[in-house]
Amino acid sequence: MTVIHHDRRKPVKTQDRVFQVINYTLFALFALICVYPFYYLIINSISANDLSASGLVNWVPKGIHFKNYQEVLKLNGIGLAAFVSLARTVIGTACTVLASAYLGFMFTQQKMWHRKLWYRLTIITMYFNAGLIPMFMTMKTLHLTNNFLVYIIPAIVQPFNIIMVKTYVESIPASLQEAAEIDGAGVLTIFGKVILPTSKPILATIAIWAAVAQWNSFQDTLVYITDQKLYSLQYLLYTYLNQANSLATLVKASGNVQAVASLATTQTPTSIRMTISVIVVLPILFIYPMFQKYFVKGIMIGSVKG
Amino acid sequence: MKKESVKLFLMILPFLILVFLFSYFPLHGWIYALYDYRAPLKLSQCEFVGLKWFKALFSNPTQVSQLIVVLKNTFAMSLLGIATSFLPVLFAIFLNEIKVKWFRNLVQTLTTIPNFISWTLVYSIAFCLFSTTGMFNTVLQNLGIISEPLKILDSGQHVWLQMLLWSTWKGLGWGAIMYLAAITGIDQEMYDAAKVDGAGRWQIIRNITIPSLMPTYFVMLMLSVANFLNNGMDQYYVFQNSFNRDSIQVLDLYVYNIGMTGRSMSLATAVGVMKSLVSVTLLMIVNFVSKKTRGEGLV
Repeated sequence: MTVIHHDRRKPVKTQDRVFQVINYTLFALFALICVYPFYYLIINSISANDLSASGLVNWVPKGIHFKNYQEVLKLNGIGLAAFVSLARTVIGTACTVLASAYLGFMFTQQKMWHRKLWYRLTIITMYFNAGLIPMFMTMKTLHLTNNFLVYIIPAIVQPFNIIMVKTYVESIPASLQEAAEIDGAGVLTIFGKVILPTSKPILATIAIWAAVAQWNSFQDTLVYITDQKLYSLQYLLYTYLNQANSLATLVKASGNVQAVASLATTQTPTSIRMTISVIVVLPILFIYPMFQKYFVKGIMIGSVKG
Repeated sequence: MKKESVKLFLMILPFLILVFLFSYFPLHGWIYALYDYRAPLKLSQCEFVGLKWFKALFSNPTQVSQLIVVLKNTFAMSLLGIATSFLPVLFAIFLNEIKVKWFRNLVQTLTTIPNFISWTLVYSIAFCLFSTTGMFNTVLQNLGIISEPLKILDSGQHVWLQMLLWSTWKGLGWGAIMYLAAITGIDQEMYDAAKVDGAGRWQIIRNITIPSLMPTYFVMLMLSVANFLNNGMDQYYVFQNSFNRDSIQVLDLYVYNIGMTGRSMSLATAVGVMKSLVSVTLLMIVNFVSKKTRGEGLV
């Protein structure tokens, strides 16, 4: 027995070595596939446009310039779309977070008239929806089509977030609330002074998820908005992707056409697309690694609740 | 006492109204499926057609063949998703075999980023890399491997596979997060005991890690069955063009296409109603199965 064991020992070790090498390589490769496209967009958006158009910029930027950004920001509608996206992200996130915190807390108030019924009626909305056309009709009836508020109001009450806050609030020692009650604090005071400060971690998680959802949202613009002034950055990017060739003319028309504009900095449809893409993705690339733990926490709590 | 309880209710009433307006009130729109609705008119000015649209879905030959194509795409995308649902499990198991901590964290961060970008942006990336003037074709042409650019995005071939690859690219790393956390939760003593008994890497994976991940996997599987008809439309909408329409149109996209851009809002509503009913039924079945098998529902 011992002899066999001894004999097998060595090959197992090399096997192990081989496994490790393959394993590390595969993961390194997949990680590369995941980030390379972003890197590719970034280096091409700052490289000489003629080199970039002939596919010569694949690993390092060549002929670095930032003219693309200056020109793209001058494009019709881009500044406004950026503002719309920013505004909906900031306002939408603030509303969702506050409403989730407030409702999550209120639904723990045992004294509330028919509390359980309201809670159930709110939560169950996670599991059905009327469908695209009825939603569109509803928004129309409520005068929310072609209205900035369509980005904000429907997203205020989010059952999933309410569950998260409610579970969290229930785990806060009841003595904290009772002490405040004895001091004569009303429900709102308790919410502001006790609940909000203690639920910061969970609210941060909700905020970060809500912000990303708002920033990335595309379908609501597509369905509810026809007014160009209300286009979000995501939607504008999509329209730019599709109107490829008219784009370069657009730039020429909007920018001051200089006869001496060099090939390296003349806008091409590709350069415009890439530059806008970078503008759209940069906030995510910055924010995600910084707040990764909140993202992960969000999904963990979610999975515990099933 | 009573006053206090009503006051608390009044404090959340505005939000209950929002819930009603955006979740319950829209259900009234289902009656559009019983009319022949024409866009700018009022519903009362349109003809009441009863179940005409529902009947058309099952009897009108062109309609039936169109619906079959759409259902085929929907089923294909969902089945491919379910068939590859074990990939995040493998990803987590093998990532867990990597003991160098910084490398593991780096891989985890980099592979989860694509999950947080929009489908518009994924399409933009696809365009920059794989369009006929994109990086892929230019590099192959510069190397002299091909003389004509390959049509990848504007082609009706391998659409299902392409969609699967993009959603895997976007979701694999993130999908593994839950399983990685589940692995961390496994009792370390089990591993130590197995090692003392001389179990190798594969035996440990097969007999300890995989069985411990099964409950989580089962829940995820159940959820994807419940969402069988809900592929969402963002991904398919952005990738759709006149070349690939027949293979990319899933139910959600089909409802949008016929309702918002073309044929009939009423027909689209009818399709949507059918879809909602089947989905809710699926959810209830899955919930029932889950209760029977693991003693706990999903809902």
